[in-house]
Amino acid sequence: MIIPAGWEAVIGLEVHCQLSTQSKIFSGSAIAYGAEPNSQASPIDLGMPGMLPVLNVDAVKKAVTFGLSVGAKIADRSVFARKHYFYPDLPKGYQISQYELPIVYEGLLDIELEDGSTKRIGITRAHLEEDAGKSVHEGFQKSSGIDLNRAGTPLIEIVSEPDLRTAQEAVAYLKKLHQLVVYLGICDGNMQEGSFRCDANVSVRKIGAPKFGTRTETKNVNSFRYVEKAIEYEIERQIEVIEAGGTIRQETRLFNPDTGETKAMRSKEDANDYRYFPDPDLLPVVCTEDYIDAIRKSLPELPEAKRGRFVAEFGLSDYDAKTLTSSRELAAYYEAVVAASGAEAKLCANWVATDLLGALNKMSKGIEESPISAEAFAALLKRIADKTINGKIAKDVFEAMVAGEGTADEIIKAKGLVQVTDESAIIAAIDDVIAKNPQQLADYRGGKDKLYGFFVGQAMKATQGKANPDALNRLLKERLAG
Amino acid sequence: MHKHSIAELAAGLRGKKFSSRELTQHFLKRIDAHDGALNSYVTITAERALKQADAADAELAAGNAGLLTGIPIGQKDIFCTQGVRTACGSKMLDTFIAPYDATIVEKLDAAGMVMLGKLNMDEFAMGSSNETSFYGPVCNPWDKTRVPGGSSGGSVACVAAGLAPVATATDTGGSIRQPAALTNLTGIKPTYGRVSRYGMIAFASSLDQAGVVARSAEDAAHVLQAMSGFDAKDSTSVERPVDDLVTGLNTSIRGLTIGLPKEYFADGMSAGVRERIEQAIATLTKLGANFKEISLPNSPLSVPTYYVVAPAEASSNLARFDGVRYGHRAEGAKSLEELYKRSRGEGFGAEVQRRIMIGTYVLSHGYYDAYYLQAQKVRRLIYDDFKRAFADGIDLVLSPTATDVAFKFGHNSDDPVAMYLNDIYTIAANLAGIPAMSLPCGFVDGLPTGFQLMGNFFAEARMLNVAHQYQQATDFHTKWPTEYAS
Repeated sequence: MIIPAGWEAVIGLEVHCQLSTQSKIFSGSAIAYGAEPNSQASPIDLGMPGMLPVLNVDAVKKAVTFGLSVGAKIADRSVFARKHYFYPDLPKGYQISQYELPIVYEGLLDIELEDGSTKRIGITRAHLEEDAGKSVHEGFQKSSGIDLNRAGTPLIEIVSEPDLRTAQEAVAYLKKLHQLVVYLGICDGNMQEGSFRCDANVSVRKIGAPKFGTRTETKNVNSFRYVEKAIEYEIERQIEVIEAGGTIRQETRLFNPDTGETKAMRSKEDANDYRYFPDPDLLPVVCTEDYIDAIRKSLPELPEAKRGRFVAEFGLSDYDAKTLTSSRELAAYYEAVVAASGAEAKLCANWVATDLLGALNKMSKGIEESPISAEAFAALLKRIADKTINGKIAKDVFEAMVAGEGTADEIIKAKGLVQVTDESAIIAAIDDVIAKNPQQLADYRGGKDKLYGFFVGQAMKATQGKANPDALNRLLKERLAG
Repeated sequence: MHKHSIAELAAGLRGKKFSSRELTQHFLKRIDAHDGALNSYVTITAERALKQADAADAELAAGNAGLLTGIPIGQKDIFCTQGVRTACGSKMLDTFIAPYDATIVEKLDAAGMVMLGKLNMDEFAMGSSNETSFYGPVCNPWDKTRVPGGSSGGSVACVAAGLAPVATATDTGGSIRQPAALTNLTGIKPTYGRVSRYGMIAFASSLDQAGVVARSAEDAAHVLQAMSGFDAKDSTSVERPVDDLVTGLNTSIRGLTIGLPKEYFADGMSAGVRERIEQAIATLTKLGANFKEISLPNSPLSVPTYYVVAPAEASSNLARFDGVRYGHRAEGAKSLEELYKRSRGEGFGAEVQRRIMIGTYVLSHGYYDAYYLQAQKVRRLIYDDFKRAFADGIDLVLSPTATDVAFKFGHNSDDPVAMYLNDIYTIAANLAGIPAMSLPCGFVDGLPTGFQLMGNFFAEARMLNVAHQYQQATDFHTKWPTEYAS
């Protein structure tokens, strides 16, 4: 989609990111996905009378971890507040969230645009809060069920500045954020299960207009593709409305993935008055310098830094480095392969980024489900490095490994693929090829250089592909020269 | 047996003068005989009590008993009790049975106490006369045409009439102290955070604190000792060892400095009450205490501050009662909104609805800063007044507990503001979070009056010591309402 000339979109995202703690934010209940309805709902989660919240310190640690990874400020004192509204999946009649004093504020995230340039996106704040439960309509008649397993699951809501200008920028920001929280190990990133959800605030204005236009908020768009579509739809719709002389209403909208459209859900006038006030059941969260420093020291290497290191340490291209650091698991896999194989780091990069990822893609698997462990993969590359097999044969061995036929060495042995380095055997094969193709020999010697490839192919074929390519080239040139 | 102190009962149990079962049966019989008129119990748990009594007798026989083992107690119906209905004085919870015990219930059970039943109270602890209970008003044993005070009306009536040796209670703005004063009892609200709020149904979370009503400071000390302590399940409970409240009871109070806040002794209290308080000051002076006039300049702001903070928190705490998961649910609602409106409209009484509306208003957009935020600032000033006084060498502060003796039923019921002014002397301690207690200081026209002691954080032991010394020198607290004496 191309935004019409003279127009500009202003986009800000609110991301709800489920923290992968063992238990809920204010109770000891488990938070496993897909459990029997209400089997993970304690009296605290059910909002029973007299029940009190007790803060899960691991949720605080994960929020601080996030804050530090985006260079944000960590509040030395943040406060939980109650956000009131009535809904059956909200057991207490209020959600415990943070309002005036969030735990994380003023961070940054650099995103990469399609033209290769980077853009800095501000992160206004990230606050801790509890998730609500779910209403269940399937299987009920004239009533609804309520599953409170999810109620009380810890979330951080990450609010961006309105710095994004296109749907593509928004998606780039989301992907970057997604990669980051998964890297940090604070969120499983599973969008289908709702672990990473996004609300998009979109407005449009004429370029150069001093003020933002009226914005709409599109709720719960749960895939990167939907976010892109929903934002594009909103931009187009808003421009159309304004150009037709209308005005945009400040409202909440819902994206329908089937139609690709957004629809008004409720207007600002119908919005709840949340009546925020500090939760008197919880003390302010105090983060001391020492506490923050300890978390800072335990931060994993972030994707950006890792990518830089891969370029510097392994001599990789920026493109390969980016690919190989796209997830923490992949980067770890690659580093394990380099260490165990003793092969050249660039060779390892080619194999992991091209062959392995290609094969995994075909199987729709992630690196963590790879049928070949890093150690097994390293064993294959080791055989290339020590010239037991050449690169061409290695591809066949790799295919066999993917197919589960055994380790690299087992396959090489079983198939008799050991490279031929015995020069007399190679010479014999070359001589045989030359003897069988007198015409081509004459043409080659007559100046048809292109035929060199033909002789390489034939000679390689005669050794069943096992000839050491360097030796074969050298000897072939000698023989052809006569 | 019902006139014995806890120490005497404990001695009787050890001396085999009576068993816990006999003691429990004695109180159950008295409840049967007298509570029809008083209405102090909403649930009598005879079977559970006898089981606990038998267990206590076994502990006594085995020599494992603590001081409280086998002593009966009444529990205010605001504390959740596993398997026994906890209604909190409300139709909303008329059928509610919690699957858990409040921490204090657990602690008192563990101490071997025998729960006789659950005690009547103002609905959700909102009231100063026990007239807002869904289960009907409680009568004052000293004059059944008068209120026992509130919200812990059932707690005080049952102890004053000898239907339990001691009872738990809660205090958000005076709900332990005012009813204690009106029924000749000793009631103590400890420091905020000293007793766990887990399992205690919330009215105003930042003010609510559980405590005891008893017939003497000594009895109160024994039970408060067992109730107190840090609880990991309540984030606002204080992680600090519990002081010994009993050993120091006999310490001399010579040289103690007690502050008399001039604002509390201005107009407001009746002539009779003033006379009794002055007499109490004279008695304490004889015991060696020094008195000094002090000023708590912000105390006139206590009532308005309280009536912003408490309803605000209440409106939030009571949002969970929506008819969806437990509690009263309106029949035949055709929409979700109707279900909410009717369940809450039918389940809550008028006073609770009034406070929910006030609270909702003061928290609403555009009013928050003017009301709630402002009230929180004033609350700080009220606390600072006390802090200054304690820093200036004041050990305890003395004041009236209530403006007058118990009033007649219906006296204030159509004037909420007049009703709210009942809490004028007691509210500041809740806003400041400091401990406070009320103890008997004589009678006006045959009706009991009390005075209040307030102390610095965790000064419970000192307060109880002064109260005990006063009770060694006076006999007001030993008087019984005639009808229940024998």
